[in-house]
Amino acid sequence: MLKFLVYRVATIVPVLFGVSVVVFLMMKLIPGDPAEAILGPAATTEKIEMVRKSLGLDQPFYVQYVRWLWKVVQGDFGTSIAVNVPVAQLVWPKFWNTVLLTAGSLVICIVIGLGVGIVSGTRQYSWFDRISMSLTLIVANTPAFWLGLILMVVLALYLGWFPATGMYSMRASQKTFGDLIHHMVLPAITTASVSAAIIARLVRSSFLDVIRKHYITALRAKGLSERDIILRHGMKNALPPIINIVGLQVGYLMGGALFTEVVFSWPGIGLQIYSSIVARDLPVVQAAVLVTTFVFVLVNLGTDVVVAALDPRIRRA
Amino acid sequence: MSVVNLPLKDEPVDGRVLPLDAAEARMFRRPSEWRIFWEAFSRDHLAVGAAALIGLVCLISALAPALSPYDPTVGDNALRLAPVGTPGHLLGLDGQGRDILSRLIWGGQVSIIIALLPVTVASLISVLLGLVAGFFGGKVDMVIMRTLDVFFAFPAVLLAVAIAGVLGPGMLNVMLSLTIVLIPYISRVAYMATVTVKSELFVDQARVSGARPSQILFHHILPNTLSPVIVYGSTLVGILIVLGAGLSFLGLGITPPRPDWGIMCSDGRNFLSVAPHVSAVPGIMLILVAMSFNIVGDGLRDALDPKLRR
Repeated sequence: MLKFLVYRVATIVPVLFGVSVVVFLMMKLIPGDPAEAILGPAATTEKIEMVRKSLGLDQPFYVQYVRWLWKVVQGDFGTSIAVNVPVAQLVWPKFWNTVLLTAGSLVICIVIGLGVGIVSGTRQYSWFDRISMSLTLIVANTPAFWLGLILMVVLALYLGWFPATGMYSMRASQKTFGDLIHHMVLPAITTASVSAAIIARLVRSSFLDVIRKHYITALRAKGLSERDIILRHGMKNALPPIINIVGLQVGYLMGGALFTEVVFSWPGIGLQIYSSIVARDLPVVQAAVLVTTFVFVLVNLGTDVVVAALDPRIRRA
Repeated sequence: MSVVNLPLKDEPVDGRVLPLDAAEARMFRRPSEWRIFWEAFSRDHLAVGAAALIGLVCLISALAPALSPYDPTVGDNALRLAPVGTPGHLLGLDGQGRDILSRLIWGGQVSIIIALLPVTVASLISVLLGLVAGFFGGKVDMVIMRTLDVFFAFPAVLLAVAIAGVLGPGMLNVMLSLTIVLIPYISRVAYMATVTVKSELFVDQARVSGARPSQILFHHILPNTLSPVIVYGSTLVGILIVLGAGLSFLGLGITPPRPDWGIMCSDGRNFLSVAPHVSAVPGIMLILVAMSFNIVGDGLRDALDPKLRR
């Protein structure tokens, strides 16, 4: 197990290095000179040269990259062009808001995905199975931004059960946890929808696979209750692929949260990326993409380790 | 009659007895790959229906200049936000008084091309990359697959938004960003298929009988890597229709007044409480088409995989 852990951790180093190169180059490939962009069209050539020098833009690419990376490793992502504050100050609080939203949607995904999947998988071709599988097929193909709008119309605007936008009430004197959850329900459902449907379908097929195995028949013959068979013995073998897909979905949730955040004005990193793109504030986009990808890589690493811990066959491969 | 169970010589086919020699010829002639595929695919009624729906939507969109009842970019302010079922405007009008049905028909062109073209281009590039990496192995494999691992590390939606955002709005830029996002995913599928097929006995047999590497690669391995890529690709088109519409929704896609289904959803945002149909209608269209591609993908998978054929 230790050998697997060391090996797996070692593989993410080159990937993270590559990610930093891609993010760096992505910003370099944009047409136009940043110095000119900062100074505006009226700038003189000498002034542009001066700014270029002070930004280090006269240096070769690899020198610029190493300098940039050195700062990034220390947590310095530069200064936002649009609002003139350090990028790190702007991005971190937004990042935690997205983590909150992702965590909320993950809970929904797991509860609904596992629940629907297990019931469908153990009662194949029952009416519940037929209805839920048709529904998951529809939900899995529903654009999150559209579902968000529909939920907003029905549950927030018509019925008034939930607030339509934001993270806390404007009028509340202090930020309470209950208020946060109340605001989070619609965005979390929206973000979770596609993933929950995918997880439900996968859990179902994973269970269908396991339940036909001979050892389950043997347990039935032994006289174990159906509940024990499914929850104690079936679960153990159905779980590794399920954890795998749940781990993958975490990354999807973090990316997909972008649409939800835009629709519901949730002040997360996705909304920040969106508004920074609109404002052409590229250092912020750069930092936000880098941070999110870094976390995504770590989550995938964590998933692989958990799956390996549960399934000895993978460890040896 | 099923091709799998070929008729015995004297068995009547279509109510008449075949002449002996023709029946014999039939027995020993292998049915064409297309025939086998169609026999398997057509048994999946849901998939056939979905394929028909996709065909219909494509056809109507392609014939937009002839079929669209109104100009999709010119509005009639007197009837702004008229609901579904308004006489003369079947699906109502949007916030600028434009006919939603006409915009839906014209928008289909953009929404489908924006998904179909990147999947096609990315598949071609990915098959090449996966085939080369899987077949040659060693250093070539390492360079190609490790580079793709880097792109794989990004959350896909985020990468698409970031690239499209950096490149700026425009249909071409959106398609470019979607293509870049797709390549690592499809390449992995092509790579895995190549590696699996490479170790099959029939490849060894070809090698032993003196086939050149290029012959083995293109005649024996390529056909076997294509079917998983086609299956995966057809499912991806559905996902991309939604993602492409999402980029347009964010304003990173095509530029107004040209309609596409994502922009149409976004147009309705300001009138949600008074006229929800402006956003709802294009969204339902997106779901229907994306779901159809998904169902066709499943049908293709079952039909192309001999082990899953019923």
